[in-house]
Amino acid sequence: MADHPLATGASTAIAASPVATAATGGIGGTQGVQGATPPTAGIDARFAVAYAGFRLDVDLRLPGRGVTALFGHSGSGKTTLLRCVAGLEPAARGRLVVNGECWQDDARRILVPTHRRELGYVFQEASLFPHLTVRRNLEFGLRRIPAAARRVQLDHAVALLGIEALLERMPDRLSGGERQRVGMARALLTSPRILLMDEPLAALDHRRKQEILPYLERLHDELDIPVLYVSHSPDEVVRLADHVVMLGEGRVMAAGELHATMARLDLPTAFTEDAGVVIDGTVAVHDDHYHLTRLDFPGGAVWVQRQQVDLGRRLRFRIHARDVSLADHQVEGSSIQNLLPATVTEVVGADSPAHVLVGLDAGGTALIARITRRAAEQLVLRPGRRMWAQIKSVALLG
Amino acid sequence: MPTLTGADWSAILLTLELAAVSTAVLLLLGTPLAWWLARTRSRWKGVVGALVALPLVLPPTVIGFYLLVAMGPNGPLGRLTEALGLGLLPFSFAGLVVGSVVYSLPFVVQPLANAFEAIGRRPLEVAATLRAGPWDRFFNVALPLARPGFVTATILGFAHTVGEFGVVLMIGGNIPDKTRVVSVAIYDHVEALEYAQAHWLSGGMLVFSFVVLLTLYGRRRGNAGGGVG
Repeated sequence: MADHPLATGASTAIAASPVATAATGGIGGTQGVQGATPPTAGIDARFAVAYAGFRLDVDLRLPGRGVTALFGHSGSGKTTLLRCVAGLEPAARGRLVVNGECWQDDARRILVPTHRRELGYVFQEASLFPHLTVRRNLEFGLRRIPAAARRVQLDHAVALLGIEALLERMPDRLSGGERQRVGMARALLTSPRILLMDEPLAALDHRRKQEILPYLERLHDELDIPVLYVSHSPDEVVRLADHVVMLGEGRVMAAGELHATMARLDLPTAFTEDAGVVIDGTVAVHDDHYHLTRLDFPGGAVWVQRQQVDLGRRLRFRIHARDVSLADHQVEGSSIQNLLPATVTEVVGADSPAHVLVGLDAGGTALIARITRRAAEQLVLRPGRRMWAQIKSVALLG
Repeated sequence: MPTLTGADWSAILLTLELAAVSTAVLLLLGTPLAWWLARTRSRWKGVVGALVALPLVLPPTVIGFYLLVAMGPNGPLGRLTEALGLGLLPFSFAGLVVGSVVYSLPFVVQPLANAFEAIGRRPLEVAATLRAGPWDRFFNVALPLARPGFVTATILGFAHTVGEFGVVLMIGGNIPDKTRVVSVAIYDHVEALEYAQAHWLSGGMLVFSFVVLLTLYGRRRGNAGGGVG
């Protein structure tokens, strides 16, 4: 896997042309793939659509598997992009190829209508048919695909989303979280080649979100199809996504593998309270005496509170930039136990004039530290300098 | 005290038959028209909507007059029906059906169009992502969701046709067993000073209309207040 945070552009399938480079014409944008034989796995999406006061203009090449988060504020065009992929925006012009199947190509006058696209769509409000029971809602799509094409069985989808007890109920007798789970199962039962999810958690309160997230993670683990997941919540993105596309005002601001993108210091995400990196660690050691668990990752390890998971399992965690401080030698006699040797890769201004963001490479894993400008000058921080990163806290996800 | 005569009963039956046939025709024509009105972005929407609503404001005699001219031997409709070997429509049951359909059109189309609009685009988009084609979406999503609109349209279309007078008089005249409906029969009784029979028929119409409206409004309140069924 190309989970290696610093192994960005070279090995990952994802590459996006920020459309700001439109001036360079057709060549500038997409890295690598143009001119070569188009690979069948992956999603090629080029769309332009304009409404009064809004314009979407994107050119993306997305991976053919895993969860890709379309991330941005409201009005950034993420939902419109998802609707373009589904064929629900008749005004959209462009080209769309999903794992080798062309769904739209205006140059060749191809436009496959939505009901002939093998996709599953989960809407923000589950939008169950109010006149049908849960079971009939689930069967609506299932009955409309040929029996030979049914790769997902009713029982399987029902079990996966834990809705066994709801089958004979009417939608108005379900909670928001239950409705959304039924909506997901209903979409899965069309055995889609791609799953499109439009902020499936946005309409839910915190408790319902926590109730659904495990199901989403299970989908992620069990599905072998690409998922496009629209979200404006950084928490959901870092928890669920493998890849991320950041959208702003209808344009692609960044796109790439999750860990690498979160570690970039040239994106607006670096300038929020939430700035920090995402790391996938392997559960290596449980220390029952001190009630701690060690998570290993390329280039180092961190100790966290004892986790009730088996050795060898992968756990995703975040290290916020505000929780990383730097020292030029291995500090002894400190309460901070998580210390990592790291090399400075870059130093950039932060959101406040008093601070800087320091990019670090800890033996293959990227870290960000947010420290004061004065400290950075006193430590003479510059790319290549060897430092010790002191990690004050680790936020486990999931 | 004289009650209803055989002729009165025949007028009642004819009225019910006219209302039933007209309502059926109205639903068949009104459904696609209402669907189009609810979904179109065409600039003709306003014009068509206004034409459909015209019978709400026009005196029935005006509608009847123009229908009489159109269906007459020199009118476009009259020429068409004669060319098809159907003869002329005025003073026939078929002519009354044509008149009733025009006269009651807004009472059927407007509730249907409102019901279709209330569904919104979302359920149809959902159905499309679940592999339902356009006809499939119409019959299995739009129609069931618009059911309250169909109930209202049917009741209003039927009741309004039963209450028709002016149009019938203009194009149907007063032929017993053929075009003499209840409202015309009442008129005849009053002309002949047969108030008792006029009372029976008028009272019947009053009760019928009240029951119809009670059904309609009672149902609405039940829907608004009632929870899940």
